[in-house]
Amino acid sequence: MKNQENHISSDSTNWTVLLILLILTTISILAIKIHLGSFTVALALIIASVKVTIVLTYFMHLKFENTLLRLMVGGVFLLFAIVIAITFIDYYFR
Amino acid sequence: MTNSSTSVPLNYLNHQTGLWSWLSSTDHKRIGLLYMYSITIFFCVAAILGLLMRIEKIAPGQTIMSAQTYNGMFTIHGIIMIFIVVIPGLAAVFGNILLPIMIGAKDVAFPKLNLFSWYVYITGAFLGLYSQFANGHSPDTGWTFYVPYSAEASSNVVIALTAAFVLGFASILTGLNFIVTIHRMRAPGMTWFRMPLFPWSLYATAWIQILATPIIGITLLMVIAERTFHIGFFDPALGGDPVLYQHLFWIYSHPAVYVMILPAMGVVTEIFPTFSQKPVFGYVPIVFSSMAIALVGYFVWGHHMFTSGMSYESRWFFSFLTFLVAIPSAIKVFNWLSTMYGGSVDLKPPLLFAISFIFLFTIGGFTGLTLGSLATNIQLHNTDFVVAHFHYIIFGGMGFAFFAAIHYWFPKIYGRMYNFKWANISWGFLFVGFNLLYFPLFVIGIQGMPRRYFDYDPKFQTGEMLSTVGAFILIAGLFMMLANLIYHSRKGAVATANPWHGVTLEWQIPSPPPHENFDEVPVITRDPYIFDNPQTN
Repeated sequence: MKNQENHISSDSTNWTVLLILLILTTISILAIKIHLGSFTVALALIIASVKVTIVLTYFMHLKFENTLLRLMVGGVFLLFAIVIAITFIDYYFR
Repeated sequence: MTNSSTSVPLNYLNHQTGLWSWLSSTDHKRIGLLYMYSITIFFCVAAILGLLMRIEKIAPGQTIMSAQTYNGMFTIHGIIMIFIVVIPGLAAVFGNILLPIMIGAKDVAFPKLNLFSWYVYITGAFLGLYSQFANGHSPDTGWTFYVPYSAEASSNVVIALTAAFVLGFASILTGLNFIVTIHRMRAPGMTWFRMPLFPWSLYATAWIQILATPIIGITLLMVIAERTFHIGFFDPALGGDPVLYQHLFWIYSHPAVYVMILPAMGVVTEIFPTFSQKPVFGYVPIVFSSMAIALVGYFVWGHHMFTSGMSYESRWFFSFLTFLVAIPSAIKVFNWLSTMYGGSVDLKPPLLFAISFIFLFTIGGFTGLTLGSLATNIQLHNTDFVVAHFHYIIFGGMGFAFFAAIHYWFPKIYGRMYNFKWANISWGFLFVGFNLLYFPLFVIGIQGMPRRYFDYDPKFQTGEMLSTVGAFILIAGLFMMLANLIYHSRKGAVATANPWHGVTLEWQIPSPPPHENFDEVPVITRDPYIFDNPQTN
């Protein structure tokens, strides 16, 4: 079956992804020193979301899966993004 | 094939014998029964705790227990009922027993994981029970574990939190199993829109289980970390926020209400066509209303927090969304009633319970809108009105649907039939007892009686006393119903394969079903609710 095929990423891809993740981790640590007020957490969450997306896409092979599975995972992310956004709206207007 | 010693056809109940054959079985039907027996035992424990609380409140002042004992009782009553009985309830019991059969599969996608889920569930359930008795300090936070009290209380809060955390895993694993089963194991020809509506409701429920439950898991871990390491997630003195806990808790716990009620809606959606001998009215709207409830249900959690100090903008936003979620619920009610309209209605016990479900759930729904309205919420928040509303939804909704389900699928599960007369009498006791128990709480709640108080002003005594009398009637009804079902599961008249003239797949196989459900994988060629030969009864 199609989704039982093996996909082996090249070493260079894996190392590149790892490097990007380390750079993003460094950025998220450095971002603490930038005074963004209530948006500090938002920035941290955005960086974390980018990292999660990269991990899912390459390390967890979502890139090679069928459209339905990608839509389902994407839907989950959209849902959580909305939930977090709604929570932040409360903090922003308080 | 028959069991040679008894000449009874081999089925999932008798193809293997002995306790170990049950404890190690990966048969979805046996696992469903394991859930049912465990849930029934825990339900009885929590119901007795509920009765004791009602006895305490039969008169003002202390009667049979101290205030601290009362606090512990309503906490453990809530933890058992919510996390151990109601959330797994219909999905774990009837979902397990019937989902594979109704979609034409031989089992769920991951049978071993299914059994593992039950062991995880049992571990969590016993931890919850243990928290009540360990060291003589039963948790007293309420099932909601609100901070700052839960972060500071000296009772067994950590054990109770761990129990809820472990139970969450069982819920996630079951949800995952069901989603994969529905996606991958439907019989040939069973397209999405040829799938019966109970599996559809389980599908919507499973998504909530796997998406929302991790949030409560993390939240409970945060409380444990708060108690153990004093991190300050929820402590303003350390830069935290107690309202954040309420957000995180209700982001899970409101969708969890739909984990409880969506399968209940699925159950009655199966019952109405069968006992009206008529196709379900509005199949597609019912499907989409299930998915809409699951989706919109994610975004209404803030209506539990109107008085908690949340921003005004958030309050009207959540209030608006709360009113929106009533629309798909109402669509279902209209469809159920329209299904019966013009049908050959046969008022057997399953239908009696299903109609009661509509009545009680509608009262619970309307009072939910009362609470979802910002102005009235200020008056009613934290009163017995909330307790009444909640029980009308959860017990009147999920509870009565559970009773409907067991009366509906009992002959399929055990191959025997219960006594109709006793089923009807127990229904009468349950229905009258339920309303007498909970309706007075609406009234005294409006008058200002706060919830979770073991004592009260004498002006509330009439309502409290009526409620206690109702509790006794309800318990009597429960006892009658259980006695009728337990006795007839072994001694009842042998049931035919299709005693109700149902048309979904479970009624096309023998009662009780064979070990692997179908001798041959069925091929589905038409919609699920076509009654070719309506029974006039």
